[in-house]
Amino acid sequence: MSGEEITQETVRKVARLARLAIDDERAARYAEQLGRIVGYVERLSELDLDGVEPLTHPIASSNRLEADEAGGTLSRETLEAMAPDSVDGFVRVPKVLDTGSAGG
Amino acid sequence: MDPLSASATQIRQMIASGERSAEEIARLSLDRARALQPVLNAFVDILDDEALEQARRIDARVHGGETLARLAGVPVLVKDNICVEAGRTTCGSRFLESYRSPFAASVVERLRSAGAVIIAKTNMDEFGMGSSGEHSAFGPTCNPWDTGRVPGGSSSGTAAGVAAGVAPIGLGTDTGGSIRQPASLCGLVGVRPTYGRVSRWGLVAFASSLDQIGPFARTSEDAALALSVISGHDPRDSTSAQIETPNFMTDLERGVEPLVIGVPRQAHSHSNHSSVALALDTAVEVFEGLGARIVEVDLASTDHAIAAYYLVATAEASSNLARFDGVRFGRRGEGATLDELYERSRGEGFGEEVQRRIMLGTHALSAGYADQYYATALKARRVVKEEYERAFVDRGAHAILMPTAPEPAFELGTKTDDPLSMYLEDVYTVGPALAGLPAVSFQGGFASVGEGDRERALPVGLQVIGPALGEGQLLRVVRMFERVTEHHARRPEI
Repeated sequence: MSGEEITQETVRKVARLARLAIDDERAARYAEQLGRIVGYVERLSELDLDGVEPLTHPIASSNRLEADEAGGTLSRETLEAMAPDSVDGFVRVPKVLDTGSAGG
Repeated sequence: MDPLSASATQIRQMIASGERSAEEIARLSLDRARALQPVLNAFVDILDDEALEQARRIDARVHGGETLARLAGVPVLVKDNICVEAGRTTCGSRFLESYRSPFAASVVERLRSAGAVIIAKTNMDEFGMGSSGEHSAFGPTCNPWDTGRVPGGSSSGTAAGVAAGVAPIGLGTDTGGSIRQPASLCGLVGVRPTYGRVSRWGLVAFASSLDQIGPFARTSEDAALALSVISGHDPRDSTSAQIETPNFMTDLERGVEPLVIGVPRQAHSHSNHSSVALALDTAVEVFEGLGARIVEVDLASTDHAIAAYYLVATAEASSNLARFDGVRFGRRGEGATLDELYERSRGEGFGEEVQRRIMLGTHALSAGYADQYYATALKARRVVKEEYERAFVDRGAHAILMPTAPEPAFELGTKTDDPLSMYLEDVYTVGPALAGLPAVSFQGGFASVGEGDRERALPVGLQVIGPALGEGQLLRVVRMFERVTEHHARRPEI
């Protein structure tokens, strides 16, 4: 690991990847704070990790099959009621595909 | 006896004997929650209907002469990242401000089947991200021992509510210390179970390989009871362990003999508050007095564990929190395109700490950095786990004893502008979380802080960490300590 500065440009790029709209003031603050945090976590480079296998999960587990039985599910009405904007059983979002005609 | 200072077992007994009705006790608890809310801000929703309906069901069983379940009529508090259909499930977030879950979490079903009366959903650091209770969209929770101080976090409201005598038992969640650290700052017993012991189904995920639900209580006895109720295999959680659930109450009084306690060299090497250092030394003497052999163990990576934790947890969070897109549920921001809608929903709906952690995790996983950060952190995670295994296997320790937090409750507002200093609060709690091990924080002593009118006694917690599935052993060790000390009996004056 090498000492890496977190610039506002990096913050904007990461915010874009994470789908977060942030204003200039936040971008400046996050750059400073994340820079200090990244500086701290770089101490991991002090450890001798050669040949160590990554550990993604704390317990050894294996896949298992469950009985193939239909369970309960949530109704369309329940799910529609949770959506911030819906119409006739569908969740409404801005136009996703540009079909080139106003009517879509 | 005041039912709100009674243990869960005593409350059940009062109801079974007809001394008090479940409804009467539920009303006392609801009233206390409501009266303390302006002072502590510990609750997101107080669930009158849910609580009174359940209490009346219990009373009907009493009148019908039925045998009562283990938590019959016992008021409990539930952290607001655990789904309950009654009331909202906000996770302390603006994003979920009006979200109502269509189902109840497995642990909630288990509580209800055991007769527990759910009194309130409790305030928390947003999505579990915080160590002070100050990162909630609904304002900070205050510590009942000194309302100018934090209760710890992220299970802030459950800790404050149980400590203030609203209920004898509450549920929290521990990703890197979010049960144990607030238990320490509020003078409670707090259990982080072995990973896989308690079902996570119905828990809003923060970091899936680390999150565990566990109980808060005022004594090891109530903690053992609550843990017995919520543990057990659940086919709906693929990480749920397929093991028998012991009754942690059965052997609680038996103690552990001969007892070997491991004390890490690193437990002394940090900038511990003097009261924490004193509590640790005193506890070592107490255990020696009980016949325990004390061995030194080496957790050399204690400092590195915190770095590994904040990379692993934030990487997982950046992925888990992708579901909050403003489309299917929760808050929606305005946008002309779908991307704009996502960005504004998340930009407006998430608080700053959540945004910081999503960004840290996204950065740690992004092209060009994933090896440097995420993969390195996972390797360090294995090193941490192996250090604990050596302490148990090579050194023969039944439990590792160390501070839960480096200091007692700090003043509100003192760390909110400095995320890194807040993260370092978790230095002693993240290791067992990375290793998936059980750990129990208990009341180890008191600190005296402030002067004159501001002089306060603050609880100081210690934790015991055990091998996988060693909760029973840990609770017996804590019970041994309680039997010869008085700290756990002292309650805040509020």
